Order: sequence, then structure tokens, then C-alpha cells
Amino acid sequence: MLMGLYNYWVVVVLMMIGFYIVIAHGNLIKKIVGLTIFQTSVFIFYISMAKVKDGTAPILEQGTELYSNPLPHVLILTAIVVGIATTAVGLALTVRIKEAYGSIEESDIQSQDNLIQEAHTQDAQSQVTRSQVT
Amino acid sequence: MLVHLPILQVLVPLMAAPLCLVLNRSKMVWLFALFTSVLAFLISCLLLQQVIDSGTITYELGGWDAPWGIEYRIDKLNAFLLLIITAISTVVLLAAQTSIKKEIPKDKQSLFYILFLLSLTGMLGIVATGDAFNVFVFLEISSLSAYALIALSRDRRALWASYQYLIMGTIGATFILIGIGLMYQMTGTLNMEDLSKRLPELEQTRTVFTAFAFVIVGVCLKLALFPLHLWLPNAYAYAPSIVTAFFAATATKVAIYLLIRFTYSVFGLSFSFTSLPLQIIFMILGLLGIFVASTAAIYQTNIKHLFAYSSIAQIGYMIVGFSISTVTGLTATLLHLFNHALMKGALFLALGAVMYRIGGVQISQFQGIGKQMPLTMAAIVIGGLSLIGVPLTVGFVSKWYLLVALIESDLWLIAVLVLLGSLLAVIYVWRVVEIAYFRPVLLGGETVKEAPLSFLFPIWILVFANIYFGIDTRLSVQVAEAAAQSLFGISGSGVSL
Repeated sequence: MLMGLYNYWVVVVLMMIGFYIVIAHGNLIKKIVGLTIFQTSVFIFYISMAKVKDGTAPILEQGTELYSNPLPHVLILTAIVVGIATTAVGLALTVRIKEAYGSIEESDIQSQDNLIQEAHTQDAQSQVTRSQVT
Repeated sequence: MLVHLPILQVLVPLMAAPLCLVLNRSKMVWLFALFTSVLAFLISCLLLQQVIDSGTITYELGGWDAPWGIEYRIDKLNAFLLLIITAISTVVLLAAQTSIKKEIPKDKQSLFYILFLLSLTGMLGIVATGDAFNVFVFLEISSLSAYALIALSRDRRALWASYQYLIMGTIGATFILIGIGLMYQMTGTLNMEDLSKRLPELEQTRTVFTAFAFVIVGVCLKLALFPLHLWLPNAYAYAPSIVTAFFAATATKVAIYLLIRFTYSVFGLSFSFTSLPLQIIFMILGLLGIFVASTAAIYQTNIKHLFAYSSIAQIGYMIVGFSISTVTGLTATLLHLFNHALMKGALFLALGAVMYRIGGVQISQFQGIGKQMPLTMAAIVIGGLSLIGVPLTVGFVSKWYLLVALIESDLWLIAVLVLLGSLLAVIYVWRVVEIAYFRPVLLGGETVKEAPLSFLFPIWILVFANIYFGIDTRLSVQVAEAAAQSLFGISGSGVSL
């Protein structure tokens, strides 16, 4: 039972590790690493389910009747491309964030943003009171 | 040629996007993108006409038969959505040239149109396709270009908003991918039509339940349903105005389409609503969304934030209509989908005009612009009235249908709560109106002029649409009703969409 579903256990464990990293880490690069692990676990899941017992590689050949299902492999090729694109966009954004904020820690960025927000709120209040005086 | 319309709908903007690189000059690219969008709009009009006349259209890619090859399938619901998306993208693009001149660095302006067209392609693809895996691919095309579009803004907070959206969006899309994988594992098919036939036999297996859960949560992340909405306000508030107008009017609508498609068509009504307590969960989340987001909207100092929160509340209304799971309820949702696109398109374009003239959308900057930008502010007022649901605007029509649906199902308490939610909209819209009309002009702001015509024209097209479809409801109501009926038809017979 346990060994028979070996691949699926790997998938679940990897998925949880990836997901946990995305949620728990404040470092933007680490978050992307987590996201990649999370996506990779799904790739393994697709590839595992394509395996047909005693089936060979899906290449047309004399004498073989049973093939593994090639479709999930093809689907996952597409999904890998999508995953790479996501990682690339995410890393590019991280570079720009580093340039703009000087940090890639979530808490730093958040606190810098909050400062702006407070300044705006105070500004708004002071302007409203000023116009009421005038 | 007419036979190939379903694929052309997606291919035209997809092919046009890289061609923009060749043109290079910002103005030329704009005209070309606009032309592409108009073309896509015409195609979607033709498709809707065809669907109404002769029923569902199917198109087999590369001539491969349906369950094996990818199939594009346009029924009334798809055609309706395609029309909304292309119409909004065309109107929004009219104002794009003027708006991005101030909001996006010059060397990135032609890239903006490429991303815009790719995002449009993605959304049209999600709606047009009848293949579950294809949905995922197009979802990522539209999302990836969305992240880049948001990050184009000069405001550095847009980068952070875009990053958060990327994380949440990717998790959502991956969830959908897992769900599709589990479905494929059970049925061996990716074709939605085929899935809807095979899934009922396997209904009670744990794998199908898990698949359902993953797909629904993934889609709800994309449509910013209440507890999963956190990415939306910042992404909308700091993105360039044109991007906000386009996404606020279309992106979440596409996700709602997916929710409807998966629950009603793929898994089937009986599975989605009887085997699981989905009805009650969505009802509660929808209502919570209405109240929490509307209340949050009241306290915003950035007007783009304010209307972004209002978008989350409006999604709540759509979800409430969806959760009633009657024909009238679904009609209300589809109508609100259409109407909300018109409202938020108009409102965010008008905010774009304010941004163009004043350079910001903080509430303090709105002081006195009722006199300086009368036409723009009038548009915001009418859009706001529509949000509240005042008669003679589109907002009234959809809220009316929603109330009728609730009362038909004897959900009086929910009906009262929905009305109370509209009162919250009165408060946040009034805040903007009060500042804009009843406060003196800011010091040093006396030179602010009315927005240029290139802004006013698209804004007022949408405002007139808001009023027109509020009075003459034939087109929107009939199509929404027919689409809702056909969705209920399939769950009964399980044969054709």
C-alpha cells in the first residue's frame, strides 16, 4: 500500500514543502523557490499517472502492445514551459523590487509601503482641514 | 471563413501581438492594437449571432475529432462572455494612447500593447476552448501578461502588488492544474463535454471530490472571492489606469465564467450542489464579501483602492446569485457580469482621466474637480449610481433579478442583506461625490482642465451603455437568460451544452 503509492507520497510531500515555503518565508527569492517546488510536484504527479503497468515507452514498435500513456507527458511539457515563464517573471519582478526598495524581504517592503500609506492619510486629513479653514 | 471564427477569435490577437514589435512606433502600435481589438469584437458579434441563430458551434483544431483533439466550443454563455471581453478591450484601448503617455515610460509603450493583446488572447482562449487543459494554458497566458502589465506602472508599489498577484495567481492556476490532472486520471479525457458525460459514473469516488475541491479553490483564487481576495486591491490600485480598467471589467468575469462552467457543465449541477454543501458555502462567502469589502471601501483614501474593494463586493453579488442555483439566480449572475463590466470599465477609465490631469487619485486630490472636470465627474457619478443599483442604470436591472431570484427561492433574509449591502455602496460613492462637488478647489489646483476628448469619448460610450442597457434590457437579459437556461438544460440531460 505504502510502497505501491510511492510516487504519490513524493508528490504530496514535495507539494507541502513547496507550499509551506511560499507561505512561511519572507524572502522573495525563497518564495519563488517554494513555488517552483510546488509546481514540480504537480509535474511528477502527471508523469506518475501516465505509467501503465508493464507498459513500455510510447514508441510504435513491432511486438509491443502495451504502452504508457504519452498524453500526460506532453501536457507536462507545456506546464513546464509555463512554470519557467512564471519563474522568469517572478525573478524579474524581484530584481525590479530590489532596485526600487533596496530589499527583497517582505517585511521591509511592507513597512516601507505602510509609511507611504500613512503619509498619504495624514496628508489627506491635513488638506481637508485646511480647506475647511479657508 | 465563417466556419473558422471560433479559432480566429483567439488567433487574431495572438498573431497581432508579436507583429506589434515590427511596427515599433508607439502611435502605430496603438492603431494596430485597436484595429485588432475591433476585429476581435466583430468576430465575437458574428459568433453570438451564429449561436443565437443555429445553436452551439464546435470547432475541431487540426481536424482531430473531439475527445482526442482540442475542441473549441461556443455556446450562448461563451459567446456572451466573448462579446463582453472584446467590447471592453476595444473601448479601453481607445483611451490607451493618451493615458499611457503619462503613466508608462516611453520605451515601454509599445511593449504595453503587446502584453495587452496577449492578455486579451488568454482571456478569449479561456472562454472559447472546450478543453480543460487548454483552459490552464490560456489562464497562464493571460495571467503572466497581467503580472507584467501591472508592473509597467511607474509607482514602485505596483511591483510589489504584481509580485503578490504572481504568487497567488500561480498557486491558483496550479490548483486548477492538479484538479484537471485528477479528473484526467479518473476519466482519461480532457474534453469538457466528454468529462461531463463520464464524471457522473464516478461521482462518489474520493478522487473526483478532491479534483472538484482543487478546481473550485483555484478558480475562487482567480476570481477574488472574499477570503481569497487579498491580491486584488493593490494590484488594481497601483497598475496603470488602462490596465485597471481592462482587468476590473474582464479578468474576474472570466474566472466567474470558469466557476460556472466547471460546476454546471463539467461536474454537473447535481454533483456540485447536492453532493456538497456548496450552495450554503458560496452564499455565506458571497454575503461576507459584500459586507466586508464594502465596509473596507468606505475607509479607503485612494479612490482606485475604493473601487477595487467595491469590485470584490460586486463579485459577492455574483456569487450570491450563483449560489441560489436556479435559472433566475444564474441569469442575475450573468447579467451582473455584463453590467459590472460596463460600470467598472466606465469608473476606472474616468479615474484614469483624473490621473491624467491631476497625477493621482487620492481622495484629497478630488477636491473641487466636480467643477473643473464636470464631464469626467458626471461619469463617475453615473457609474456610482449604477454600482448602487439606482433605477434606469444597469445596476438596477441585475440587482432586481437577483432579488427576484432570492424571493422566488424564499430567501427573504438574504434579500434584505443584499439590499443593505447596496446601502454601503451609497456611502462610499457619496464620499467621492461630496469631496468632488462640495469642497473648494485645492490651492494650486485651479488650472486643472477637463479631460481630453480621447478619454471622454470611451468613458461616455460606457456611461451611455450603462444607461441604455438599464432601460432597454432586451439584449442583455435575453442572452443571459438563454445562457442560464441552456446551462440548466445540460445538467438535466447531460448531452449537449
